[in-house]
Amino acid sequence: MGVSATVFEVNDTGPKDAIAQRLRDFGFVAGEPVRLVARGPLGADPLLVQIGYTRFALRRAEAARVTVSLETSP
Amino acid sequence: MNGTAATLRIALVGNPNCGKTALFNLLTGTRQKVANYAGVTIERKEGHYLAPSGRNVRVLDLPGAYSLAANSPDEAITRDVVTGRYPGEAAPDLIVCVADATNLRLHLRFVLEIARLGRPMLLALNMMDAAKRRGIHIDVAALAARLGMPVVETIAVKRGGAAGLIAQIDAFEPLAALGAVVAGGNVHIPQAPSAPDLHAQVRVMLAETVTMPRRTAAIDDTLDRIVLHPVFGLAILAAIMFLIFQAVFSWATPLHDGIDAGIQAAGAWLGSALPDGALRSLLVDGVFAGLGTVLAFLPQILILFLFIFVLEESGYLPRAAFLLDRMMLAAGLTGRSFIPLLSSFACAIPGIMATRSIPDPRDRLTTILIAPLMTCSARLPVYALLIAAFVPQRTVAGIFNLQGVVLFTLYLAGIVSALLVAWTIKRLRRDKSEHALMMELPSYRVPHPRDIAIGLYERGMIFIQRVGGIILALTVLLWFLSSFPAPPVGASEPAIHYSLAGMIGKALHVVFAPIGFNWQICIALVPGLAAREVAVSSLATVYALGGNEDGLQAIVAAQWSLATALSLLAWYVFAPMCISTLATVKRETRSWRNVVVLAGYLFGLAYFASLATYQIAKALGA
Ligand SMILES: Nc1nc2c(ncn2[C@@H]2O[C@H](COP(=O)(O)OP(=O)(O)OP(=O)(O)O)[C@@H](O)[C@H]2O)c(=O)[nH]1
Ligand SMILES: [Mg+2]
Repeated sequence: MGVSATVFEVNDTGPKDAIAQRLRDFGFVAGEPVRLVARGPLGADPLLVQIGYTRFALRRAEAARVTVSLETSP
Repeated sequence: MNGTAATLRIALVGNPNCGKTALFNLLTGTRQKVANYAGVTIERKEGHYLAPSGRNVRVLDLPGAYSLAANSPDEAITRDVVTGRYPGEAAPDLIVCVADATNLRLHLRFVLEIARLGRPMLLALNMMDAAKRRGIHIDVAALAARLGMPVVETIAVKRGGAAGLIAQIDAFEPLAALGAVVAGGNVHIPQAPSAPDLHAQVRVMLAETVTMPRRTAAIDDTLDRIVLHPVFGLAILAAIMFLIFQAVFSWATPLHDGIDAGIQAAGAWLGSALPDGALRSLLVDGVFAGLGTVLAFLPQILILFLFIFVLEESGYLPRAAFLLDRMMLAAGLTGRSFIPLLSSFACAIPGIMATRSIPDPRDRLTTILIAPLMTCSARLPVYALLIAAFVPQRTVAGIFNLQGVVLFTLYLAGIVSALLVAWTIKRLRRDKSEHALMMELPSYRVPHPRDIAIGLYERGMIFIQRVGGIILALTVLLWFLSSFPAPPVGASEPAIHYSLAGMIGKALHVVFAPIGFNWQICIALVPGLAAREVAVSSLATVYALGGNEDGLQAIVAAQWSLATALSLLAWYVFAPMCISTLATVKRETRSWRNVVVLAGYLFGLAYFASLATYQIAKALGA
């Protein structure tokens, strides 16, 4: 566990996507480092994601709106 | 208008869980609910204090919000108050933004969003104690210069921890900020800046003013690795829940028995001291037998609340919600429903109100509709009485108290039915679009024993006041109904058979006979609608008036069949025997339809469950 990546963008699934807007408010914006901290016990859902100094529980459908680029170098 | 001119109106605004309410309590000397998860405050709360200058300051505590683009009913309140659109409430003279100093990356973004309103404001950097412990250093002067507003450090959980804030608020002169104030008028929300803009500003500010050794607290990372582990995590959750039920029984029993014996002895003494007559009967059969039986459950209730308080302050509750989210989703709920539902174990009313922090209206309604199935503390006396009377005090499997196991099963019955009901609602619903979770997990905190002691004292007083207030009134009323009209001359049975209550009980008995209730239970059900515990005090009164000398538990054990006891337990798992809960559902959902649906389905389930329980138990020879 503890996969790190960098946010590339948050994609809206439709017009006025409140969930995507909220993700941006949480700090999911381009260039921000994110880390996958834990996964839920059933179906590995929800995901616990660290963004900035805060941990958020996101369902997979929510997290799927965030495109990230995986870190290549240590 | 001098009085109002001298009053300064401030509002505490900020992200969820940054300590606004703790600050509010420190400033105003009140005790609003503080707990370690996002979404504790769901209403606008008002308080006052006298500033050192002699000026009266009116403080508003607001629900936490992540953004002015509100996502839930509680966030909408905050948005409306700070922008002056809240009905009957002009925009505050001064906005006191509160931010958690250990979580500035997120919290400063909201501060900047508020700053765009162009209102007079200042920033309180709260949790400075936690920030220091983590080695976070903040250049406050530089931050204030960058933000263009005063910044003060606070520690909301320490006496005197808001001294700097009080001084800074007192230094505020409304006239100096005239340009920004349109007295009483609406504030216009500036075109929402694109999120990356504000985040970019925050990033620059943090780089210039804050140094922190690491982004998270090391202890949080360690604990989360264990507590959120797919296997250990669920095991820990189950163990905690089970411990609570064991404790409620085994720890409380000696205390309970002590109180019960004391009250019975006092009643007996009073009975022998008073002359025979109506007054003696009212005091001995009504007040002592009735109230005493309920009062003895104080230890159980305090132990339950002790666990709830510790869980609330530790930060564990959102973790439990995380672990259970997927299962709750399958049942048509969300992990966010977990906290309102857990609160409903204390009482469904605050539980139903806490659903305001659930953003999705469908999830919220489902949670409200199943909250009454969580066994509230007022049902505890009923369960405890019947368990003590019918289940032997025995140890099973080496460590478990059998009575605790039965209690756990009853709670579980409520939970399982709640999940089934939620699942049914989900199947019936046509709108199947996505539901959101998006829940913040706070830092762990060690609960302060002093706060918990005060909280328990308050809960204890609430319970005692309930006993001395509504329960006393109903008990006395029941005594009257059970004593008059007086029996005809030459009557063979005790007076209660000929009384008004006796007649009501026997009329209801027609409906409840198939589920095994005797007419005494039927009488007790009626006042039990106003407060569930009253069912116990009413039974005690009814039997005492019926000429029984023993304590209620002994009477029940001797006179009821096991099938009747099981049927009454099943009834209490479901029955909507609480008018205040129904009134709360009406207020929270603004719909009578929901109230009718709720009461209807609960009564239906209760009658069906009791019928099945009674008939099966009887067939098995119980
Ligand atoms: N260590 C420390 N803990 C604090 C401080 N202020 C608040 N807390 C804790 O932070 C948690 C949240 O406090 P609340 O006052 O309920 O937060 P809130 O901002 O009102 O939260 P919402 O009503 O949910 O928006 C509680 O566990 C408090 O005990 C502080 O200055 N230091
Ligand atoms: Mg609060």
